[in-house]
Amino acid sequence: MTRNGPAALFFHTLVVIFMLAPLVIVCLVAFTPENTLSLPTRGFSLRWFEAVFHHPDFVQSFWNSLWLAVLSATLAVALAVPASLAITRWEFPGRGFLNALFLSPLIIPHLVLGVAMLRLFAVVGAAGSFGWLVAAHMVIVTPYVMRLLIAAISGFDRSVEQAAFSLGASEATVFRRVTLPMILPGVTGGWLIAFINSFDELTMSIFITSPSTVTLPVRMYMYATESIDPMMAAVSALIIGITAVAVLLLDRVYGLDRILVGQH
Amino acid sequence: MSATLPDAAPASPGEETPERRFPTAPLFLSGPAALLFAALVLTPLFLTALLSFNQFDYATGRTGGFTLEHYLAVVTDEYYLEIFLRTFRISALATAICVVIGVPEAYILSRMSNPWRSIFLLVILAPLLVSVVVRAFGWSMLLGPEGPVNGALIALGIGRMKLLYSEGTVVVALVHVMLPFMVIPVWTSLQKLDPAVEQAALSFGASRATAIVRVVAPQVLPGILSGSLIVFGLSASAFAIPGLLGGRRLKMVATVVYDQYLSDLNWPMGAAVAVILLAANLIIMLTYHRMVEGHYRRRLG
Repeated sequence: MTRNGPAALFFHTLVVIFMLAPLVIVCLVAFTPENTLSLPTRGFSLRWFEAVFHHPDFVQSFWNSLWLAVLSATLAVALAVPASLAITRWEFPGRGFLNALFLSPLIIPHLVLGVAMLRLFAVVGAAGSFGWLVAAHMVIVTPYVMRLLIAAISGFDRSVEQAAFSLGASEATVFRRVTLPMILPGVTGGWLIAFINSFDELTMSIFITSPSTVTLPVRMYMYATESIDPMMAAVSALIIGITAVAVLLLDRVYGLDRILVGQH
Repeated sequence: MSATLPDAAPASPGEETPERRFPTAPLFLSGPAALLFAALVLTPLFLTALLSFNQFDYATGRTGGFTLEHYLAVVTDEYYLEIFLRTFRISALATAICVVIGVPEAYILSRMSNPWRSIFLLVILAPLLVSVVVRAFGWSMLLGPEGPVNGALIALGIGRMKLLYSEGTVVVALVHVMLPFMVIPVWTSLQKLDPAVEQAALSFGASRATAIVRVVAPQVLPGILSGSLIVFGLSASAFAIPGLLGGRRLKMVATVVYDQYLSDLNWPMGAAVAVILLAANLIIMLTYHRMVEGHYRRRLG
């Protein structure tokens, strides 16, 4: 049982309602049979979910976002594993600078990154390219991956690796058979948090997507500024569902409180 | 460059690890990521800083030359002054409300026992991972003319109120988005707190309120400060919430930058506002960093 008094529990209940209300109402309205944004008082309907799947723009944006998130998370992990090994295990000139640089996207507002990338892409003639969009997303998800990896690498016992070396294993074998398995929770946890962050990203992407590369959050933002119908609620409910699955996976693999609370 | 500096790492005998034989290894390992960040963080920020000093010709849309007019416009033009002032006001208010709600909530959470503690921590923190567009959309439905909040107001006899597109709505939605950033650092400092200290205060006859104010509060102050700065910085650069809930008239800094870039096409002006926003954010974060370091140094020394 809790040691909190009734006043504290009442306050706590209000906070929980406040945090969940916007998400709950979106999920409820998504099932409305009406043509307007309203709670489903006269039965549930899946018509707005059907409308989403028959809306070519939303379907295309969904696939764009999915590919973008998978590619940028995978490539970010591929770059972050060696980089965090270098930062955690060696003293070398420029180490502090690199560490700060790799974490800098956390304190640079995404808006600023967005306009900066827009300028760069205009200068190098990369506007509208999907490849450059992936690279931009790699930049914003890498810090999340690095933080988990640096924690994973600095927290493990090097003597296991040294034992493998002394038994004659090569560097490659030690990395593949000893190091990688030991930091695997950090790698998969980092991949998932990178995936979620890329999939959700709006503020930077809105500046650097073209009509053919528009991501789902950007498409939703554009749609919501013009008209609002229950289809928006259905898309939102689908996003909440996808996020919930990713969150549960993340919790299983790494522990959500460890990721979120370890963040600051 | 450091290929010529193999002794940069203090070589201690008896600690011979395989890496010491390859002093260039860290450069190869961090090289690809360093290239990516040089190309996509440093270069574009540098280009944007340059752009903010370019002249802009409204007739032809061409940019070039050197001018300080965009920075002067921000400090003299009433339009920009009002927007910066409003952004500051809204962010400060959202931060204050986050302190008032987030700090007690973190304390209540820390006094729960499992499994409730883990479940409610998840409930409070997980919305952080749901796209901000979805959360803004949820608020626009809750506070819309036909939404449940107006329904409750009518039922209470207060009558329908126009809630959307007001500063209040933007503040409420910002608090919803930012609250986890306040709970996390306060929760972290509460975890480090020894509950026996609070117990000791109580057993010496202090009231619960005195124990909280005199014993708990001073120790979680760094967490509150840290959370406040994060919340303020993120609120001041928030885009989706004012964009979707502020309407056309209620502009904040981020939505103005968006307009300058994508409607007015005055990139240099937008760049100047973005540079100011970045500078303000960096100053806040670096000041905080120094304050925290000073705090720990005092505690250790």
